[in-house]
Amino acid sequence: MRKLLLYLVVVSVGIIYTGRLSYLQLFNEDAVATNFLNDSAIKAIYDYPERGFVYDRNGELLVANQPSYDVMVVPREVKEFNVAEFCKLLRITEEEYEKKLEKAKSYSWRIPSIFVAQMAKKDYAFLQEKMHRFKGFYIQKRSIRNYQTSVGANVLGSIGEVNNGELKRNPNYQSGELIGKTGIEKSYEDELRGQKGVKYIQKDIHNNVLGSYKNGRHDTLAVNGKDIQITIDAKLQEYGEKLMVNKRGGIVAIEPSSGEILALITAPSYNPNLLVGRKRSKNYNKLHYDSINKPLYDRGLLAMYPPGSPFKTLNALVALQEDVVTPQTTYTCRNGYIYGRSGRKMGCHCGSGKRNVINGVAKSCNAYFANAYRQVISKYDKPREGMNVWSNHIKSFGLGNYFGNDLSTGRKGRIPSGDYYTNDYFKHDKWHVLNTISNAIGQGQVEMTPIQLAHMTATIANRGHYYTPHIIKAIDGKPIDNPHFTEPKYTTIDQEHFEPVIQGMHDVFSMKKGGTARFLNVPGIEICGKTGTAENFVKIDGKRTQLTDHSIFVAFAPKENPKIAIAVFVENGYYGARWAGKISSLMIEKYLKGEITLKDMEKLVLEKSLEDEYAKPLSGKPFTINE
Amino acid sequence: MSREVKFVKKIDWLSILLYFLLVGIGWINIYSASVTESFSGVLDMSQLYGKQLVFIGTSIIIIILILSIEAKFYERFSSIIYVIALLSLLGLMVFGKNVNGATSWYGIGSFTLQPSEFAKAATVLALAKYLSDIQTNINYFSHQLISFAIILAPPLLIMLQPDAGSAMVYMAFFFVLYREGLPPIYLWIGFTLVLLFIITLKLGYIYTIIGTLVFGLASIFIIFKKELKRRRKTTLALTSLVAAIGFILAVNYIFYNVFQQHHRDRFTLVLGLEKDPVKLEKIRKTFGFNTNQSEIAIGSGGFWGKGWQKGTRTKGDFVPEQDTDYIFTTVGEEWGFAGSTVVIFLFVFLLLRILHRAEQQKNKFSRVYGYSVAAILFFHFAINIGMVIGLFPTVGIPLPFFSYGGSGLWGFTILLFIFIKLDANRINEW
Repeated sequence: MRKLLLYLVVVSVGIIYTGRLSYLQLFNEDAVATNFLNDSAIKAIYDYPERGFVYDRNGELLVANQPSYDVMVVPREVKEFNVAEFCKLLRITEEEYEKKLEKAKSYSWRIPSIFVAQMAKKDYAFLQEKMHRFKGFYIQKRSIRNYQTSVGANVLGSIGEVNNGELKRNPNYQSGELIGKTGIEKSYEDELRGQKGVKYIQKDIHNNVLGSYKNGRHDTLAVNGKDIQITIDAKLQEYGEKLMVNKRGGIVAIEPSSGEILALITAPSYNPNLLVGRKRSKNYNKLHYDSINKPLYDRGLLAMYPPGSPFKTLNALVALQEDVVTPQTTYTCRNGYIYGRSGRKMGCHCGSGKRNVINGVAKSCNAYFANAYRQVISKYDKPREGMNVWSNHIKSFGLGNYFGNDLSTGRKGRIPSGDYYTNDYFKHDKWHVLNTISNAIGQGQVEMTPIQLAHMTATIANRGHYYTPHIIKAIDGKPIDNPHFTEPKYTTIDQEHFEPVIQGMHDVFSMKKGGTARFLNVPGIEICGKTGTAENFVKIDGKRTQLTDHSIFVAFAPKENPKIAIAVFVENGYYGARWAGKISSLMIEKYLKGEITLKDMEKLVLEKSLEDEYAKPLSGKPFTINE
Repeated sequence: MSREVKFVKKIDWLSILLYFLLVGIGWINIYSASVTESFSGVLDMSQLYGKQLVFIGTSIIIIILILSIEAKFYERFSSIIYVIALLSLLGLMVFGKNVNGATSWYGIGSFTLQPSEFAKAATVLALAKYLSDIQTNINYFSHQLISFAIILAPPLLIMLQPDAGSAMVYMAFFFVLYREGLPPIYLWIGFTLVLLFIITLKLGYIYTIIGTLVFGLASIFIIFKKELKRRRKTTLALTSLVAAIGFILAVNYIFYNVFQQHHRDRFTLVLGLEKDPVKLEKIRKTFGFNTNQSEIAIGSGGFWGKGWQKGTRTKGDFVPEQDTDYIFTTVGEEWGFAGSTVVIFLFVFLLLRILHRAEQQKNKFSRVYGYSVAAILFFHFAINIGMVIGLFPTVGIPLPFFSYGGSGLWGFTILLFIFIKLDANRINEW
């Protein structure tokens, strides 16, 4: 036994140490053996690629880049220095310095954080000479956006520093990096961003660089982002924004034969250069908290309004398709539509008389569409059933739902179905078709966004099929081939039914037929359109108050082989032909001719300000509407 | 057969092979840990690897000298060598050179010599000489005391330098004395004291005293129930119990009042005394920095390691003292689990080989000497690697044959090769 003791101890120690080593080297999950990035001796240095440029449909450069200089900090390496001097150079207070440093520390002691983002070039030149004095800080050059245009801020969007949520969702980003926040910058982030290059270097414990790690075997080069071409026509966009100055609302123009969005205008808007660089957050807050003008709110995509009369075109199509009316069917208008046991009346301004589909549309006769709508729903045993059929026809236009397109934001709108009324609206099954009669004239429960209205118009222009509206035209010089955007989708309405409706829309501009937009003709262009006037209400001091009607207009042109379909929405612009119709005609002329001959009309629109109208509900005084 | 041929045949070539393997692997790792960009040949004397190569060369000369000296010389002159060793340790107080707060070196120009590295071999010689004396009987208390005195004189002088690590190694002689017949009571006392030390620190002295009292009194009652009247044994048992409680109080007092914080932290880390994770992390980051870094470095090696000179943490000087006490981390990082276990295997193999050869010695002097060599090498091996892989408190002692340093390498070479000489010579004694 005495002889054996040391033998046993030696062998046991050998076994224990082997076990410990196997734990440290083979089974320890914290070990850096599995991933060299966990090794604090290896440091990754990133090389940021240039973000892709953005061109308009005619090849005009809209968005380019400019260099920007970020002051970075690695808290672990910060040594003592003259903080006051440093702060003066960076134009921050010492409190801000402490706060920023704390923030960087809480992110990581080891990984660089942005200390001051996107300095101006002149500040940089001055600071760079003195940078070596401030250990732990360095300057990183990056490229930020440089907008070549002052319009289209809502379309182009902006980039900004990634926030914590985005960091968690996508581990490829690091704190302080830039990411698309809105618009196409967001939709096409993956294409525009490119790939950042990385260089791994080996450091010793004093943070001195020893050289590249494994001779750069893991290093990658930065790959610049792809240039993209969007479907927007910059000139049309600019013109539309000019027309909408001092007004609120949206304009959306679509090329019917492709679904390409030609213009996407919201008013009021802002200059996209406001959201670039160091002034971004200050300007963003200013825009964000402007609760009166809401410049960040893209009305073209997000504002849900009752579509009003333009929606009558769809009702006409459904009635024809359901065979409850023929193009020859007439209803008599008696200054309105009288219905129900108590003899309720839906008024009409068409001037009474016999109405068929064509002059019903042209004169926007409420009575005709109330009758036709009622016939559609009453064709079925139960209104619920009839409403479901109606709703399915309308939804076949791609309405009442998201487009699933490449715009970074959007709304579903609402196309009510029979089930919706039974389950959600009335919450019983005993409702009558007349309870929903307002849908016949695009009021009631129907709600659409301006882009949906434009899309609806494009679909009519195409006589029954459509391409999902989209904003991308080409990526990296290659035209898109996404079948969701390039293949037509068909509605449930047969092509033949479109002709009378389109004829009606054409007569809207007819002097002879007394159309609602007869004074808005553009010489040499055959326009088909439809006016709309939508009542709207707000709560003022808890009281439901009616405001001046919204002015709505949809149109496409030319009648054959349409090139443009447009929807214009002017908040509180009164009747459809008053402002929306004029803007629509001007836009169409601008797009098809490239110049404006309707100089008087243009002058009128440009000089018109609706600010007085918008001030009314805020004034706190009684006011009159629709004047 | 001539005498020379017989000697060559009897020499233990396996031990020599293992020795050169360890020295060679050690140098490869020192090279990796110390080489810089400006490489100018392996014999660059401004670099550690160049110096170590010279130390290895001189070791070979020392080996040839040791093997050519008559074996009887070592036994005959052991006492004188021992006295010289003691004097050299004493001399440090007058002529010693202070490096990092310890006066452990003689300095002649840029050349330094650490006598404590040689004192080990001298002590082994002296103890072997005393124990092999025909008049010595380890069962006698007085002879035990003389043995203790021989063993403890050098470490007491070394403690004055102070160099606790080198002094601690002399505890290895306990194995030797036990092998040679030291009564097992010492084993039990030693074991009990270590156990009480750990329990006191883990549970606090109050619980430990209560526990000791309950356990001790119960044992005395059960064992001596029938013989309670035999005062002598009962008194002895009670005295031991009182001594144990005294020890517990002493441990408590010394640990919290005599030890300095950095002493305490070593135990805190290994025994897991600190419960507060924040404080524990602080100790790990500050005091346990070396061990923490060496564990990370070894862990980063994985199974096959990163390859020679490819260790990012070795190259980045993340582990302090990596040429000397922490040389094993380089093995762990660059050669991985595979390389580390090979090194451990080589050490265990060498130790077992020496033990085996020692047991075969017919001459008691040779046997005690060989056994002591194994015990001392084992202590260095166990404490050094245990520390590097985080199983043992930080104690600054080198890894034999591996760590950078001339005195260390020469000391271990002399220690080992005297035994190889004795072993090769054993037939001549018949």
